[in-house]
Amino acid sequence: MKIPYYPGCTLKSTAKEFENTAIAAMQVLGVELVEIPDWTCCGVVMPLAQDDVMHLVAPARNFVRVQDMGEKRMVVLCTMCYNTLKWAAKRLEDEPDNLETINAFMYLENDYKGGVKVYHLLEILRDEIGWDKIKAAVKNPLRGRKIAPYYGCLLLRPRGIGIDHPENPTIVDNLLKALGATPVKFARRTTCCGSYQAVNRPDVVERAVRRIVESAVESGAEALVTSCPLCHFNLTEAQKRITSKEPNFKTIPVYYFTELMAEAFGVK
Amino acid sequence: MARIGVFVCHCGRNIAGTVNVLEVAEKARKIKDVVFATNYVFMCSDPGQQLLKRSIEEHKLDGVVVACCTPTLHHSTFRNAASQAGLNQFRVEIANIREQVAWPHEHDKEIATKKALRVIEAAVKKVKYNLALEPVKVPVTRRALIIGGGIAGIQAAIDLAEGGYEVYLVERTPTVGGNMFRLSETFPTLDCPQCIITPKMNQVAHHPNIHLYTYSEVIEVSGFVGNFKVKIRKKSTYVDWDKCTGCGDCTQVCPVKVPSEFERGVVTRHAIYIPNEQAVPLVATVDENVCAELRYQRRVKEGKAKPRSKPVCSRCVEVCEVGAIDLTHPNEEIIEVDVGAIIVATGFDLLPLDFFEEYGGGKIKDVVDALQFERLLAPSGPTDGVPRRLSDGKVPKRVVWIQCAGSRDPEHGMAYCSRVCCMYTAKQALLYKHAVPDGEAYIFYIDIRSNGKGYEEFVQRVREEGIIYLRGKVAKIAEDGNGKLRVFGSDTLVGKPVEIEADMVVLSPAMIPAKGARELASLLRIGTDEYGWFKEAHLKLRPVETVTSGIFIAGAAHFPKDITDTVSQASGAASKVQALLSRQFLEREPLIAEADPEVCAGCGYCVNACSYSAVQIDPIQKVAKVNEALCEGCGACAAACPSGAMSLRNLTKPQVMQMIEVMTSEYA
Repeated sequence: MKIPYYPGCTLKSTAKEFENTAIAAMQVLGVELVEIPDWTCCGVVMPLAQDDVMHLVAPARNFVRVQDMGEKRMVVLCTMCYNTLKWAAKRLEDEPDNLETINAFMYLENDYKGGVKVYHLLEILRDEIGWDKIKAAVKNPLRGRKIAPYYGCLLLRPRGIGIDHPENPTIVDNLLKALGATPVKFARRTTCCGSYQAVNRPDVVERAVRRIVESAVESGAEALVTSCPLCHFNLTEAQKRITSKEPNFKTIPVYYFTELMAEAFGVK
Repeated sequence: MARIGVFVCHCGRNIAGTVNVLEVAEKARKIKDVVFATNYVFMCSDPGQQLLKRSIEEHKLDGVVVACCTPTLHHSTFRNAASQAGLNQFRVEIANIREQVAWPHEHDKEIATKKALRVIEAAVKKVKYNLALEPVKVPVTRRALIIGGGIAGIQAAIDLAEGGYEVYLVERTPTVGGNMFRLSETFPTLDCPQCIITPKMNQVAHHPNIHLYTYSEVIEVSGFVGNFKVKIRKKSTYVDWDKCTGCGDCTQVCPVKVPSEFERGVVTRHAIYIPNEQAVPLVATVDENVCAELRYQRRVKEGKAKPRSKPVCSRCVEVCEVGAIDLTHPNEEIIEVDVGAIIVATGFDLLPLDFFEEYGGGKIKDVVDALQFERLLAPSGPTDGVPRRLSDGKVPKRVVWIQCAGSRDPEHGMAYCSRVCCMYTAKQALLYKHAVPDGEAYIFYIDIRSNGKGYEEFVQRVREEGIIYLRGKVAKIAEDGNGKLRVFGSDTLVGKPVEIEADMVVLSPAMIPAKGARELASLLRIGTDEYGWFKEAHLKLRPVETVTSGIFIAGAAHFPKDITDTVSQASGAASKVQALLSRQFLEREPLIAEADPEVCAGCGYCVNACSYSAVQIDPIQKVAKVNEALCEGCGACAAACPSGAMSLRNLTKPQVMQMIEVMTSEYA
């Protein structure tokens, strides 16, 4: 099975290991992630922040790329790209006037006809491959590893965009079980990591991350797993900053879920 | 030549503030057939009624139109006054110029005044052709039916029985007692409900005037006030209750376990069970939906399993020393009774826990509802009065209560206040502190509503016991891996988010009507509001009556209520029933349908249109005949009749057409 794959900027820079392990792990499951040629920025959350059709141009252009490939769907790894693209696709679907405006604006491109479906890789794992098949592909089960899924915000919200229940998500827990690990529930698994406050107010991020890490550690977690490069960045960087001030602060490693898959499949 | 009088009421400022009543009265005098018109500030008051009576006599009026509020409020008032003055009561009509004129047009006084005159003129046209009828007299069956065996039904039953009337008390579960029987203690006196309700439960079981049917349901109701016919289905218990001694041996040996309804799922019960040690009647019941043997029998009947020579399980049958249990024969019974009045007292339920996804309701075991916590606090409950966590059985050291879970929340839950949560959370927190002195109790609230006798004093006392009140709502409850619950809330008094690590969380879910309330309402042909609470005839003045005469409501089936209010309302409903049943005859409105045998072709359209089975085609004359006792005067048949043979008394086609003509004519 081949699926057009949209990497986004961080997977090519700070989150390279996310991309590499994803491609390797999916190969084991018989899925080839075909990078969309000539992709551009997803638009980040900006198109969602304002009621401005022009900001949908960036996502729409990527949908045209998928359409040009003769495909009807795309898979995304970065949670933020996923949220932006999924929401933009929905807006273009629900409000056809927007589509007309944008096509008129992108006169150098082929017209976007609508209909491209955006999936997060986790959805493909759950709905198309299934946990049983993943379990069967495991060579080195992560037995005894207590790992806490950190869902964050954009993977689950809002309803209709999120890929699982916004209050009681289970998707990453189920993946961890399939890989042989012990998923650890903790109270702050769906709270905010501080997001872009990393730029202006690193103290806000530090406070958020301190609570997340403490809550996970208290619950017995040895590591955190995420699907979002920004969460990953905040969680790792803020932990470093905290320990530089408080050497006794108990830190834990943060993984992308694909890293754990690759490890379990023996392709890391 | 008719002599009609018009009386325009000011209703204080309600009507006079919008409608120019003086002008209306003046112009009404010029309407054809009107010989007298006047206005008065409160027509419904005694001087107002005297004015009506005097005018009828002085001006020899043969018809009256009172322009005032809705006829549901005071039609009967003015009918009575008129008949005292010697005028037939059916020659009195109401022109509703309050609800239909003054209130909706309060911003356009000129239009309102014109419209008021129009409404009066239409009523004059109608009353001119009203027949001077006499009420129909019907006998009264001097017995009552009470649906629901909680404290409301129990109280009403005792009051009626003590008044000398026979009562049928029908309860759906195997025991009477309802939700009050589940409580640990009651606010503000901290009486134990067992001490105050169990004597009453025994009284209804043994009173010579009370026929108690537990594990039974009302399945059919027909007839009308004074003459209801009711079918009661006594569900199969597979136990002969005359023989059963309530020893409980059978429940010990039954291998099937399901969550106990009485204990709100805090513990399990068996397929054969006695809900509680103090249950009334104290007998065993087999739940046919879960009993292994009965389920097997059903599968055999459905052809899904092969018959066996020996039963799958018959442990209860074997252990019963008096031979009361028989799993081979269902003992369902249908009982038909005649009653004169019905009291509906079906009580309430709580919004289910899984409604509260953000609180992990139904998922996190230690997030419980208030009735579950009552069981955990009850001295006779499964934990002997010391609360324990449902997950690991440990005594919780820090408990958080969340009030208004789904109440006062039009966006997500119910817009109304459930009225008892402020008080019972205070009580539960206090009892918890008594049971676990080193425990911490936190209560999240929006406002504290303690408006009952001794209630505010009680809440003050609780606050002084070191219970921490936090004003604000809880956004989320999440489970930590170590078994603790993290409660994310806000304290709006200091304007800061709060986070509490708790062992247990108790929700005060919104009270909702008991399951099946809407179905019962349609069975009884009474109304419910948008939430499913039974609707009263008038919120202020007729709170225990429904619009269907002879049917009354009591307790939380009407709206959330505490025990005090429930008992008051139950006694109120019982006294209304006593007043009704004390009469030899009841008068029924003669304003019903009538078929003209000269015109009727016997097509039977009216028979199909009638919801009350009141119309039949006479087999010999081949024309429609209306049963006076059953007809409710709804008019469906008259509308359906293709030939115009069917009509409603005092609302005939010519009357209606003339009223329409007046109402649709151009304004001058």
